[in-house]
Amino acid sequence: MKVSWMKLRPLYLLISGLALSLSLYSVFSWGFRYAIDFTGGVTVDYRFSSNQKPGSVETMLKAKDMEMPKMITVVAERTLQFKYGSEFDQDKAEALTTAMAGTLGEKPEVVRFESVGPALSQEILHKTYIAVAIASFGILLWVAWQFKSIKFGIFAILAMIHDSVVLLGTFAALGHYMGIEIDILFVTAMLTILSFSVHDTIVVYDRVRESMRNHPGVSLYDLANRAVSETLVRSVNNSLTIIFMLFALFIMGGVTVKWFVFALLIGTISGTYSSPFVAVPLLVTWEQIRNKFRRHN
Amino acid sequence: MPVRKLALIFLLTFLSLILVLPPSIPVRIELLGIKTDKILVRSPLALKVGGLAFYRDLEIKLGLDLAGGSHLVFEADVSKIPQEDLTSALEGTRRAIERRVNIFGVSESTVQTSRIGQSHRVIVELPGVKDTRSAVELIGKTAQLDFRELVNSKEATAAGALLTLENTNSTGFTGADFKRARPGFDSTAGEPIVQFETKDEARQKFSEITNRLVGKPLAIFLDETPISAPIVNTPITGGVGQINGNFNTSETKVLASLLNSGALPIPVTLIEQRTVEASLGAESVKASIVAGVVGLLMVILFMTLYYGKLGFLASVALLIYGVFSLALYKLIPIVLTLPGVAGFILSVGMAVDSNILVFERMKEELRAGKRWQDAMEAGFGRAWDSIRDANIATLVTVFVLFNPLNLEFLHTSGPVRGFALTLGIGIALSLFTGIFVTRTLLRIFGRRKE
Repeated sequence: MKVSWMKLRPLYLLISGLALSLSLYSVFSWGFRYAIDFTGGVTVDYRFSSNQKPGSVETMLKAKDMEMPKMITVVAERTLQFKYGSEFDQDKAEALTTAMAGTLGEKPEVVRFESVGPALSQEILHKTYIAVAIASFGILLWVAWQFKSIKFGIFAILAMIHDSVVLLGTFAALGHYMGIEIDILFVTAMLTILSFSVHDTIVVYDRVRESMRNHPGVSLYDLANRAVSETLVRSVNNSLTIIFMLFALFIMGGVTVKWFVFALLIGTISGTYSSPFVAVPLLVTWEQIRNKFRRHN
Repeated sequence: MPVRKLALIFLLTFLSLILVLPPSIPVRIELLGIKTDKILVRSPLALKVGGLAFYRDLEIKLGLDLAGGSHLVFEADVSKIPQEDLTSALEGTRRAIERRVNIFGVSESTVQTSRIGQSHRVIVELPGVKDTRSAVELIGKTAQLDFRELVNSKEATAAGALLTLENTNSTGFTGADFKRARPGFDSTAGEPIVQFETKDEARQKFSEITNRLVGKPLAIFLDETPISAPIVNTPITGGVGQINGNFNTSETKVLASLLNSGALPIPVTLIEQRTVEASLGAESVKASIVAGVVGLLMVILFMTLYYGKLGFLASVALLIYGVFSLALYKLIPIVLTLPGVAGFILSVGMAVDSNILVFERMKEELRAGKRWQDAMEAGFGRAWDSIRDANIATLVTVFVLFNPLNLEFLHTSGPVRGFALTLGIGIALSLFTGIFVTRTLLRIFGRRKE
């Protein structure tokens, strides 16, 4: 199969450029909807014996002059989540069940109660930033050393950043349109995708390196085409197996993991795309710019 | 020797299966007129080598997010604790909380201290606790020490009356009024005693109480359990008193420490609470297991359809990988949380990737005209570079996230570490099954007639 993948670089630039600008637009104009993991506060999940609409529950609470939650969302079948500020406590949560029982004719059960103090919340995020920075630097060093060239490391990290931005953008948009929050599980998903992205990129780079060794006279442009062709089936097949697992979990895996799995799905797709169509084109383009520069001197 | 390797793989898989299967399996087979009706029972693993004991109950430990329970984080207010007493005060607080938690009779509850920057914390994990409110109340209370008097004064004089919460009333003097106790020695009576001090502001209160109770017992309850019931001989007005009662030295030590633990050495406030109803946890576990099995079957189907016999053998290796992972989780043992499951799924993906890399290489070699056997060996050899480089890069991330050196600016506990742990184990195992197991299986069963 002889396909000139690198000829299509403007197309990849268009796709990635579009994805990145949409993502950045989402992040900067809407920001994220942070779960209490990061903002502090209280969430209570009530399970009813029948489906209740958030709107009607809210009207009922208002009518009875009870403590109003900041938000009520449906988190699962028969389950509503109430969001309160930090001052709300478990006694109040229990008191609400009795109050609701009076009007709704059924007493809901508190199936989950989470309360996070404001001081605690930023710390996890902060540590994750540091961890990601150190890990990225470590990977950069490892790749640069293994490939005897710093540019492989840098471009692998750039592809990784590409995937992170897409994932962040997706969740900013999901937060804006569907009220999806980012929580500590999202942070884990993000870390998973960072690992996956680099893993995938290295496999493709490895082919480039091997071809460089075996065909010393050939230009990087041709080598890159060849490497992408050779690894494409593998990349797609591998991602498919992961996507099968994730898709099954997304459809059937229960509420607690749903959006976490979705984050992994987005990341897997972006991570698979970015290896041949971001990391490799960057390498080739860099080489061409450098060659031009050299010729001029 | 591929055959010997195969035997080794078989043995390891068999042993792991024993660990992974539930502890008792009923067997009812009727075959050729012979009836078997037995229950196979696996006992917990208990090894003793020299002085080292190794015991595992071989149950999968589920984290609170999966099994249900309460995760509580208390912040300790250390502002009034002198620096040199800090460590012992924190340890005392931890022990006091642990003792209080034990009242709930929760198995496998944990109480740990952790330090983040300038903030000192006590993390309490209570698996499966329904009544978190009373747990929080009990733990957070600065005083669990209660000085009580008998309700019925007639009984009061009867020596040795059984003291309970029912037949006593609080005097209003609690651990909050209590300063400290220490074992001492009464030189006039010539016996060990416990000396104690009340707080200055409670001196008056204690004086009134003891005035009222001269000749009667003043029962001291710790967390609703009576620990001592000295008879008041003389009113204690100066805020300093002593308890004597034919103690020996070790008894006074125990009593003094019990009295001291009544008041937490450091006041704590609840800053985080996560309570998941066990039923909710069980639901998501069940759903995730079903989804995991369906996903795995799809992967096996895909691999077999696309790569034929090779794909099927790789799937067998993948199942072996799954069995090994579970066995390791039970042996180490690992507390499995949702992020931990994510780490496992990612590592499954990477395990499959190793196989796909090898198979794609094999196809190339076959296309180049090599014999099947040579193509297979070359495939493994060539794919190794990619597999190694990619997995080491992931291990770098695992190392930073798991933070084995406990560096303070990185995660020292919590979900991110759980993720890193299963991912790390997964990668190490996948290198073993992806290369060693699959290759051995291919060498023996994959051979194609030339």
